[in-house]
Amino acid sequence: MTKSELIEVLSRKQSQLAYKDIELAVKTILEYMSSSLSNGERIEIRGFGSFSLHYRPARSGRNPKSGEPVSLPAKYVPHFKPGKELRERVNNRFNPITN
Amino acid sequence: MAALTKADLSEKLHEELGLNKREVKDIVELFFDEIRTALESGNQVKISGFGNFDLRDKSERPGRNPKTGEEIPISARRVVTFRPGQKLKQRVEQYAGTVK
Repeated sequence: MTKSELIEVLSRKQSQLAYKDIELAVKTILEYMSSSLSNGERIEIRGFGSFSLHYRPARSGRNPKSGEPVSLPAKYVPHFKPGKELRERVNNRFNPITN
Repeated sequence: MAALTKADLSEKLHEELGLNKREVKDIVELFFDEIRTALESGNQVKISGFGNFDLRDKSERPGRNPKTGEEIPISARRVVTFRPGQKLKQRVEQYAGTVK
């Protein structure tokens, strides 16, 4: 499923709202989530999961073309931890007998 | 600072789009519900500019009860992984403070 397919599904289920409003709502949600993470703020969505930043210390790497050593500064990377409900629902369908 | 929640997202939509509180709450609930339903049905979710939610099937592997030390196999399972998109990675990389 892509972002545009997600917008279409939401718009079918909220047919009293204009397609443009749903499209803008989805973009606003994603922009707010991105900007919060970019400001070092966690996101916690109950039943879905949480997003946070993981620290990566500075390291030295190499330019793959020239082989020249380059120093890579410390940085943060986004991290997602699925919540209990998402973990169970994804696995139950896959593993109906053991669960 | 407290974490961002569904209530914050609803409030933002209410302010920026002028939709009523009932409508924005439904949109936020449905947004996460539909992603969950797609993943539950075995479909990858690709949100351009944000990232991809992928599914990985793991085979059984040996594990241990950390309290008793007893060996117990970890059963085969399907898990969700998130791969942040280029745009989100670049924005987050520029963050220079400490994590709140």
